[in-house]
Amino acid sequence: MIVNGERLEGQPNGALWWPAARLLVVSDLHFEKGTALARRGHGPLPPFDTRETLARIEALVAALGPTTLIALGDSFHDEQGPATLDGEERARIRALTAVTDWVWITGNHDPEPPRDLGGRAAPEVHFGGLHFRHEPRADAEAGEVAGHLHPKAAVSVRGRRVTRACFATDGRRLVMPAFGAYTGGLNVLDRAFAGLFPGPFHAWMLGDRLRAVASTRLSG
Amino acid sequence: MLIEHAGVRYPFPVVEPVAPFMMEDPAPFTPTQPVPQDRGRPPAILPPRFADWFAGRGWRIRDHQAALLDVMAAGRSALLIAPTGGGKTLAGFLPSLVALSRRDGRAKAGTAPRRLHTLYLSPLKALAVDVARNLEDPVREMALDITIETRSGDTKASKRQRQFVNPPDILLTTPEQLALMVAYRDSRRFFAALDTVIIDEFHALRGSKRGDLMMLGLARLVRLAPGLRIIGLSATVADPDAARQALVPGGEAVLVRGADGVLPEVTVHDSGARIPWAGHSTRHALAEVLAAIAKARTALVFVNTRSQAEFVFQTLWRLNDDNLPIALHHGSLAPEQRRKVEAAMVAGKLRAVVCTSTLDLGIDWGDVDLVVQLGAPKGIARTLQRIGRANHRLDEPSRAILVPSNRFEVLECEAAVEAVAERALDGEEPPPGGLDVLAQHLQGLGCAEPFTADAAFAEVRSAAPYRDLPRETFDRVLDFVTTGGYALKAYPQYHRLRRNRDGLYRIATPTAARQYRMNVGTIIEAPMLKVRLGRGRVLGEIEEGFIEQLAIGDTFLFAGEVLRFEGLRELSAIVSRSRSEDPKIPSYMGGKFPLSTFLAERVRRMIAEPGQHRGLPKQVAEWLRIQAWRSILPRAGELLVETFPRGRKHYMVAYPFEGRLAHQTLGMLLTRRMERAGFQPLGFVASEYALAVWSLREPHDIPALFDEDMLGDDLEAWLAESSLMKRTFRNVALIAGLIERRHPGAEKSGRQLTVSSDLIYDVLRSHEPDHVLLEATRADAARGLLDIARLAEMLRRIRGHIVTRRLDRVSPLAVPVMLEIGREPVHGAAQDALIDEVADDLIAEATRLL
Repeated sequence: MIVNGERLEGQPNGALWWPAARLLVVSDLHFEKGTALARRGHGPLPPFDTRETLARIEALVAALGPTTLIALGDSFHDEQGPATLDGEERARIRALTAVTDWVWITGNHDPEPPRDLGGRAAPEVHFGGLHFRHEPRADAEAGEVAGHLHPKAAVSVRGRRVTRACFATDGRRLVMPAFGAYTGGLNVLDRAFAGLFPGPFHAWMLGDRLRAVASTRLSG
Repeated sequence: MLIEHAGVRYPFPVVEPVAPFMMEDPAPFTPTQPVPQDRGRPPAILPPRFADWFAGRGWRIRDHQAALLDVMAAGRSALLIAPTGGGKTLAGFLPSLVALSRRDGRAKAGTAPRRLHTLYLSPLKALAVDVARNLEDPVREMALDITIETRSGDTKASKRQRQFVNPPDILLTTPEQLALMVAYRDSRRFFAALDTVIIDEFHALRGSKRGDLMMLGLARLVRLAPGLRIIGLSATVADPDAARQALVPGGEAVLVRGADGVLPEVTVHDSGARIPWAGHSTRHALAEVLAAIAKARTALVFVNTRSQAEFVFQTLWRLNDDNLPIALHHGSLAPEQRRKVEAAMVAGKLRAVVCTSTLDLGIDWGDVDLVVQLGAPKGIARTLQRIGRANHRLDEPSRAILVPSNRFEVLECEAAVEAVAERALDGEEPPPGGLDVLAQHLQGLGCAEPFTADAAFAEVRSAAPYRDLPRETFDRVLDFVTTGGYALKAYPQYHRLRRNRDGLYRIATPTAARQYRMNVGTIIEAPMLKVRLGRGRVLGEIEEGFIEQLAIGDTFLFAGEVLRFEGLRELSAIVSRSRSEDPKIPSYMGGKFPLSTFLAERVRRMIAEPGQHRGLPKQVAEWLRIQAWRSILPRAGELLVETFPRGRKHYMVAYPFEGRLAHQTLGMLLTRRMERAGFQPLGFVASEYALAVWSLREPHDIPALFDEDMLGDDLEAWLAESSLMKRTFRNVALIAGLIERRHPGAEKSGRQLTVSSDLIYDVLRSHEPDHVLLEATRADAARGLLDIARLAEMLRRIRGHIVTRRLDRVSPLAVPVMLEIGREPVHGAAQDALIDEVADDLIAEATRLL
């Protein structure tokens, strides 16, 4: 996919790889979502979501060897998230922030960047023609890469409906899918996306490989 | 008539059956038919007030009613098995009414607050309401000082509160409400004086998760109210003794049998029209069904699915030139609409109602004299239950017509008629109780009062479904509701239950108690959307999954009309009336219930014995004759597997007659194995009777393909990735309380709180594959969706008895399943036309004699 002239490679699991910059982006990790829900009296869901998400990032880092890794905001499900990590999870995050230039983009769930986990924090960063921030802005400059909305897309084919998380891009901007193991999605035909994509766009649906589907062929 | 208990039989006088109690008809005997003198013992146990009341109605107490009074007077529990119309409900209540009538002589009413005396449980809240209404007559006529109330999810909170503080003598309710009531903090006081529990339609609850929940609730009641007697009311079942033993947690019940009713008159509809080779619509016979309705007073027309009900209703009305008042009744219709139909029915204003299983059970529909079953009934017990809806009295036979929708169903219907005549019954062993239900129940226990693991375990094991529950499994379930039960990483917080230092478990927080109450029950319905006509009235509810496959402008059948889908608004599907006659989206018409093992066996036998074919409709007999000539008719105990080329593919068709679910599983496993063998399988289709697999290369060494070991690794590997498992897991997680039900209105705020059960399933399976909820999921899937036990039994049975036939073209027996190919994912009417073209082709090919 090409965004503002830069050639990007979306990964089938929802990460974004920018080969020219050796830069890997993962959005909306929602670490410790299971714990957060349990604390509020829900679940308790299997408390393995953080490990599951970490394992996926570790595999990407091992395979691609990124110089820079951007966690595009909402890395923790809530502000208590960093405190509820166990020793093993903490160590695995530190190991990742040690081998990459790890950037915690601040998001609406985690305005305070975690202190002792390594990496640096910033509300947004800019590389070449791309601008990385958590929440997409209606009036954004060309080349915005954002998350926050958890896009997913649905198609109906021969009476069967298939729904997948997706990248959404019109070539000018990109909204990334949520990467966390317990994250859900919002249909790209929802009103929330209308202000971002005034014209046609493509949903790159996740799966065994990415498949681009024109917005006109999606179902709500 | 006999009373059986622990092998001892007490003879009771045999008397002719008399008119049942729960009938509208007040004068079952005309003056020319004097009340027969009781040849047995006088009903001495019946107080004069009751005896007079019976006499005043021209009735005489029935033997099983008297027997039940006896049993109860001896302080024992009882299971009463009697056919529909046997005055079963009165029999159940009579001991309570008698006991309560004696009470008001001793303690004057109003001097002490009433305590709950009798609790009645029914699988349907409508049935509870109906029974309460019928009960009021004798209470009023005998001027008994007895209060009767119902309680359901619809009962106002204030009334439920009042019922709890100041209970009626008799409370009629559902298993879910029982679960809620035993979870009251004050349940010990509330139930302390409980004397009798009456379980109606015990056969319908037994073996289901609702039944599991009810039996756990009963186990609790037995502890709270020592000396409690339980009366189970049941239709005729295959294994009465097993049912008797399952009734009383930790105790014994006496078996009381009512007299068998007059044998019903059941016929298989012999259509003048061509009997279809496949399909489930019964379209070919509907004109004749309408003619039968016209000749009857009132008819109930049973179908197996909601969509079929819609289709049949629509088609009947298209043919209904005389404008006979025919109504529609199924579970998705708006409640007001259903109430209207029910009222019109009772008032005798309708000539027929097209209905689904919503009308299977007990409620008295007045003057029904004909039952029509469209499509094969799939099981004898259900057939009898439905047939029993006609002539709700013992001394007249019920009249029923079974209408097969295709040729195989002709055989199945004939087998059902035979079985009815022999009073033979099918019945499957109920499965062990669900672990998800147990998890829910333990939360309820913790809401009521603190408990120890040992005491709870003993109590749970006293309930029949959990009789063989290992302690280790119980502990894992308890651990799940306490900490989540995750071995690899524990939450620091507790879950629903908290364990004190003294080893007592209690509900963790008021929030947890509230969540328990909001989520109680085991009925997981598919998420439903309201169907709303423009901005106007709601027509009913429909599965979200069905609406999702519609595009705006598509038309479909609902509530007896062709509707046009206009779009979604919040939780409603907005529709308009369409002028088109034919809906664009046909609904899936397959059966809902799998063919029972018992009927399957009879169908196999019927095919195997050409001598029996003479009694069949000519078209069907001829079909079998050509099959014998072109291929063979498998003998009983044999599995026939045919192979033939068609197009550029090779087809393999097997005829196990084990039901769609078992065939689907078999198809899944066979294709995996064929893949490995290099046959390049392309797909398969399963029907109730047969399985067809097609491949690019011709399969050989066929008996080896059917080897039993396919149920090992292949099954595991397939299950792991199957979407069936995810669906099953969702239900288990909901019942166990891992995830919460969607409550309408809470949707918007819910986004952050809910996690898709699919994601949870994936994470749990990769990190803790032995978790107790995954164990529960596998058990459910194996039984409900895959029918693995049945498949295993079949594979064992046919070993060494597989007969293969290599044909040059399709055989007559194969045509029906071949016609199912491409039928399931239907979209648009165009495909139907395609199938029709193929259909003619196939039939010509199969029946060509040279």
